[in-house]
Amino acid sequence: MPVSYFLDHIWLIPLFPLAGAALMLLFGRRLPNPVVSTVCVGSVLLSFIYALGASLALIGLPPESRVIEKILFQWIPGGAYHTAAGSLGHFVADWGFRFDPLSVVMVLIVTGVGSLIHLYSIGYMGHEGGYYRFFGYMNLFMFSMLMLILANNLLLMFVGWEGVGTCSYLLIGFYFHRKSAGDAGKKAFIVNRIGDGGFLLGLFLISMTLGTIRFDEFPAALAAGHFVTGASVLTAATLLLFVGAMGKSAQIPLYVWLPDAMEGPTPVSALIHAATMVTAGVYMVVRNNALFQLAPFTTGVIAVIGAMTALFAATIALVQNDIKKVLAYSTISQLGYMFLACGVGAFTAGIFHVMTHAFFKALLFLGAGSVIHAMSGEQDMRKMGGLAKKVPITYATMLAATLAIAGIPPLAGFFSKDKILSHAFGYNRALWFVGWLTAGLTAFYMFRLLFLTFHGKSHVSHEAEHHLHESPPAMTGPLVILAVLSIGGGWIGLGGRFDRFLQPVVHFVPAAAEAAASPLTEYILMAASVLAGIAGIAVAWHLHLRDPEMSDRMANRSGWLYRMLFHKYYVDELYDAVFVNRTKDLANTLAAFDSTVIDGAGVNGSAWLVRAISRISIWWDTWIVDGSVRFGSRFVWLLSFPVRMLQSGLLQGYLLLMVCGILGLFGYYLYLFRH
Amino acid sequence: MIPTSHYLYLSLALFIIGVVGVLTRRNIIIILMCIELILNAVNINLVAFSHLFGGVAGEVFAIFIITDAAAEAAVGLGIILAFFRNRETVLADEMDLLKW
Repeated sequence: MPVSYFLDHIWLIPLFPLAGAALMLLFGRRLPNPVVSTVCVGSVLLSFIYALGASLALIGLPPESRVIEKILFQWIPGGAYHTAAGSLGHFVADWGFRFDPLSVVMVLIVTGVGSLIHLYSIGYMGHEGGYYRFFGYMNLFMFSMLMLILANNLLLMFVGWEGVGTCSYLLIGFYFHRKSAGDAGKKAFIVNRIGDGGFLLGLFLISMTLGTIRFDEFPAALAAGHFVTGASVLTAATLLLFVGAMGKSAQIPLYVWLPDAMEGPTPVSALIHAATMVTAGVYMVVRNNALFQLAPFTTGVIAVIGAMTALFAATIALVQNDIKKVLAYSTISQLGYMFLACGVGAFTAGIFHVMTHAFFKALLFLGAGSVIHAMSGEQDMRKMGGLAKKVPITYATMLAATLAIAGIPPLAGFFSKDKILSHAFGYNRALWFVGWLTAGLTAFYMFRLLFLTFHGKSHVSHEAEHHLHESPPAMTGPLVILAVLSIGGGWIGLGGRFDRFLQPVVHFVPAAAEAAASPLTEYILMAASVLAGIAGIAVAWHLHLRDPEMSDRMANRSGWLYRMLFHKYYVDELYDAVFVNRTKDLANTLAAFDSTVIDGAGVNGSAWLVRAISRISIWWDTWIVDGSVRFGSRFVWLLSFPVRMLQSGLLQGYLLLMVCGILGLFGYYLYLFRH
Repeated sequence: MIPTSHYLYLSLALFIIGVVGVLTRRNIIIILMCIELILNAVNINLVAFSHLFGGVAGEVFAIFIITDAAAEAAVGLGIILAFFRNRETVLADEMDLLKW
């Protein structure tokens, strides 16, 4: 059957971008730009085609058998060991791929949005230096992300996890001659690593407890281990995994890297920090939902942190002036929604929001890139205004995305956000309230962005005005496609089709669904969300279009509040004082210790010691060793005295001795022979 | 007949006089003469025993010794003369060049 070709060859999906990356990083410098574009964008498009083929093939299978496991080769053969519970476990990690409905959703998002962004980058990065390097890193990122999504065990997922972190660092610091870019890349990677520590510890704990790290073996292992809901070891393991997700998906307290990551080129922000890498944390939680569902404490923590992050980031976005920073905080806020969904048990709603968010956030970033491109590099919204007529396609698509993110029906964002809020309402009214409030704020700051950039009086500088032009089709094409997806992407969730599709993966807990099932409550909540969105838009219009000076007046009047929000609650300064500078102090102390103690006492000291020992050795040699030699000779000389005197030179003396000797011998023999 | 022991006593006496003379006298020529005396004492001894036991062995050996003594006296005097030409002395206790 030809359709199974795609299912048998899912391992090719990450391989195409890997080949592209390898080619770029080996030969890229010598290749002309068109070749680079063809290879790298082509590789991602190929992956998309294969992903599409595999997805269609999977959907063609009956729902019970929609799981494909394909092992490419045995990576870590591992050995048997005894888990904490005494049962036999095997630490085996294969280079294996798992393809099930969740994989379908993720892989289509990653390859689909990824190809659109790669296409866009041809136009955006066309006249930048390091073109091959950019695409090489982007392809490497696609490889890592696809490995993360398609892995069939936690360790291989971690390989992809680390890979995307590395590529994030490489791409954020792409303009490496700017110190701020390098610093941002370092910040991203270091904060990510803190999360990775948690992920690894969680991995170890799971391995020790369940005896396996393969996703398909978790349900069986959990059942066999008779783990009761709320078991402390599962709570610990899931909390540790969530620490990893906090770092990767920018939740409180590990979100600080994402706003700084805007130093990278805009396509990087779109791909990595909006559509794909940051959603890896959400994907990981949903993939391991069997574990999380047995740890209600952890899911509660996830829900609270998600809600808090959503609100926190939204408040900061209210007053930012850089267009990309607003979008960055918006991303953090929307990620909070996704975790809120996972926390209240609505895993499918979380994934649904991942999908719709990928569409409209990528569009927003690419549109912002188009605006920045048109404005010759200007990113401050206060210097924009009235651009709607000048860049009509960009404006129309961004309008679609902004309506989507504000949750206005029937665009995509409404469906996903509403699902999350209604599940949250059934779990905890307070969390729903925070989410609802954030929705209103989201609508406000997004339309503030739209109005400041495209409407009202133009504050564009004269030099920028001359270059104001719509972007080329290579850039506007992906914008239009993403706009279509932002408008219609949510309809796939109608009638519960999306939930049913993901059902086998998520072990859908019916109880959580019942809680928000009452249709009347549903409609009231829906109306409330839409109302919040419209209210936000209205306030934004009032403050920025109706009376443009009003926002400035408000800012001045609320002095300390405005300053606190503008400076992001001074969290970066807090982290600097508590962690960064303390680490630098430790490093300096250790460096001083090294140069004074180790180099001083150790190196110079041991030199002094050797010289002292050599002086002792010299004394010994001179006085003891040579002394014994001299003593020997002097001793013989002393002995010689009496003997010397015998040699008087006098003949008669010698003769006397001779005669005495003869007489002695004579007498001796006389005595012997006396008879 | 004269008993052999008389000859032996005579030989002994001469021998002792000779030895004492070699050990005691200062003049090197006198020492040479005493050495001759020792040699001759030995001769008398040899001849006495040769007469006692018959045969000519002792007498022949005595002639050997006389020859030997003559040669020795010549050489010894030669050495003394050479020494005298260098050191102007014939006294044995001044001939201590080989001392330590």
